[in-house]
Amino acid sequence: MSSRLETAFRRAAKEKRAAFIAYITAGDPSPARTLELLRALERGGADIVELGVPFSDPIADGPINCAAAERALAAGTTLTGVLQTVRELRFASSLPVVLFSYANPILAYGLSRFAADAATAGVDGVLVTDVPAEEAGPYYQAFRRVGVELIPMLAPTSTRARVKQVKKLAESFVYFVSHTGVTGPQAQLPVELEDQVRLVRKLAGKRVAVGFGVAKPEQVSRVAKVADGVVVGSAIVARIAEIGDRPELFGEIQRFVQPLRAATRRF
Amino acid sequence: MKRLPDERGYFGPYGGRFVPETLMAPLQELEQAFHEATRDKSFRRELDALLRDYCGRPTPLTFAARLSAHLGGARIYLKREDLCHTGAHKINNALGQCLLARRMGKVRVIAETGAGQHGVAVATAAALLGLSCRIYMGTEDERRQSLNVYRMKLLGAEVVGVDAGAKTLKDAINEALRDWVTNVNTTHYVMGSVLGPHPYPMMVREFQSVIGAEAWLQIRKAHGALPSLVVACVGGGSNAAGIFSAFLPYQKVKLVGVEAGGRGPLLGHHAARFAGGSPGVLHGTYTYVLQDGGGNTAPTHSVSAGLDYPAVGPEHAFWKDSRRVEYVQVSDDEALSAFHLLSEMEGIMPALETAHALAFVTKVARSYSPAEAILVNLSGRGDKDVAEVARVEGVRL
Repeated sequence: MSSRLETAFRRAAKEKRAAFIAYITAGDPSPARTLELLRALERGGADIVELGVPFSDPIADGPINCAAAERALAAGTTLTGVLQTVRELRFASSLPVVLFSYANPILAYGLSRFAADAATAGVDGVLVTDVPAEEAGPYYQAFRRVGVELIPMLAPTSTRARVKQVKKLAESFVYFVSHTGVTGPQAQLPVELEDQVRLVRKLAGKRVAVGFGVAKPEQVSRVAKVADGVVVGSAIVARIAEIGDRPELFGEIQRFVQPLRAATRRF
Repeated sequence: MKRLPDERGYFGPYGGRFVPETLMAPLQELEQAFHEATRDKSFRRELDALLRDYCGRPTPLTFAARLSAHLGGARIYLKREDLCHTGAHKINNALGQCLLARRMGKVRVIAETGAGQHGVAVATAAALLGLSCRIYMGTEDERRQSLNVYRMKLLGAEVVGVDAGAKTLKDAINEALRDWVTNVNTTHYVMGSVLGPHPYPMMVREFQSVIGAEAWLQIRKAHGALPSLVVACVGGGSNAAGIFSAFLPYQKVKLVGVEAGGRGPLLGHHAARFAGGSPGVLHGTYTYVLQDGGGNTAPTHSVSAGLDYPAVGPEHAFWKDSRRVEYVQVSDDEALSAFHLLSEMEGIMPALETAHALAFVTKVARSYSPAEAILVNLSGRGDKDVAEVARVEGVRL
């Protein structure tokens, strides 16, 4: 049986487009809204969703995601609650879910307990932002045992040796950070991006999803030409913050992501 | 004894490198540059010359005669890091790292600061070496240490207030790390304590080990023997690591690190990681962290901005577990009393951070004989704290 992530990438490739990966912070604007937001993203065409686990000290995140994490924590979001949301999503949907977390919420939950509960809830992959390959061993083993993917990250500063190193860890894809910096919309993506993505795919031998800084349909379109997946995060999170906790939130978010998804098509 | 950390930056189970991938290659490059520099005679000569001719090293060892007599017990010696240029031990590390930054071809340095002493030290070193400099500081700390904010600006640094979270040192480090992730090609992050990802805990300890090396020679000369007890305050733990490093092999020398007990033992009222914390990852390293059940960092409090931090250097965590160092807590009030006591007894106004170490000494000095010595690392001077002490004690200046 191929995994939900594999299936999503294959389907996108068959339709001659990159997979559209939509990120939101779990619990923003409140834990009760997250499930319906995931559904809205799915209706808007997301192939995969990335669900951010809010943390008090998100060093890889820019102001938009930091503010979202603060709101989510203030609204009482916990990792237990995030897993519960995924479990509820699974009653009605096979949308692949990747958790985007920092190490400490997972360690506080207990690594092997988290892995088991994530698998049971229907989590497909976990990205641990502050756990590079050197520290990934225990995480990789705990996740592998239960069939959850650890998704390695690579960056423009990664050396060739480091890119090759993640080959062993990756399954369906690696996550490439588009620029040296934190999350958040970038006016311009680096000119070297295409070359770097091609090199990463060649050296790591895996699919490549590109995230950090990709915000507008034009940028999605550019990235989709070379990458297997495109992640849009802060732009959606900013839109959620703008609308706030109102009934029209879900419809607005669905409409907001549609053009982003449409831009993943390769002409 | 095996030299720690190991090649992966671990002190037993603590330490490591928990950072975004973007920083991994730069950290490897930094580690290599540090090893090369410390093997390079010309680098060491230049640093030693600066420490001597610019910082005023070696700093003296002062016998605190009146304080010793007043407390009635051990002879108390003070390692006078307050007499370093800029008024604290922080300059030892700031100069070392800024020299290293220049050697690596970086044109810009950034740093976090709590009490402002590290920020001032980095701004100073950057001015000396012609590097562009930006300092991140929590807005609550800016309020508590407004004099140091202005000092940094006078030295040509840009000071950026951080208005997130608790608005203290932890939040300043978050922001400095984000800056570093973004500007890593041109910028060196001068971390101020034995914190953060490998190689920082090792590198900062090495740059601060000059304190212990000098004190080891000085106390043997002044007292004729090694001290029975060495005491230092522990925020991140750099002054403590610096002075402990020379005495670690001597099991007869008891080592005590003093944490901020704040207003009391309730979570949020103190910064006592070893009393109320548990192992976790913060700011790139696995160590004791004050955190809630969900792994989010807990709020902290201390009258001293430099100790007001929810994690601690990973080597301290290792020393704590291996019982080589004992960690104790001292309250805000006890530290304030010690601040006054040393000012009045010895004419030395200690930093509020340092006052925590002194407060512990006032409790235990009597249990030692007059033939024994207690060595206290007087890590910084208290001028920066005068306004805050007045505010806390309700004195209008």
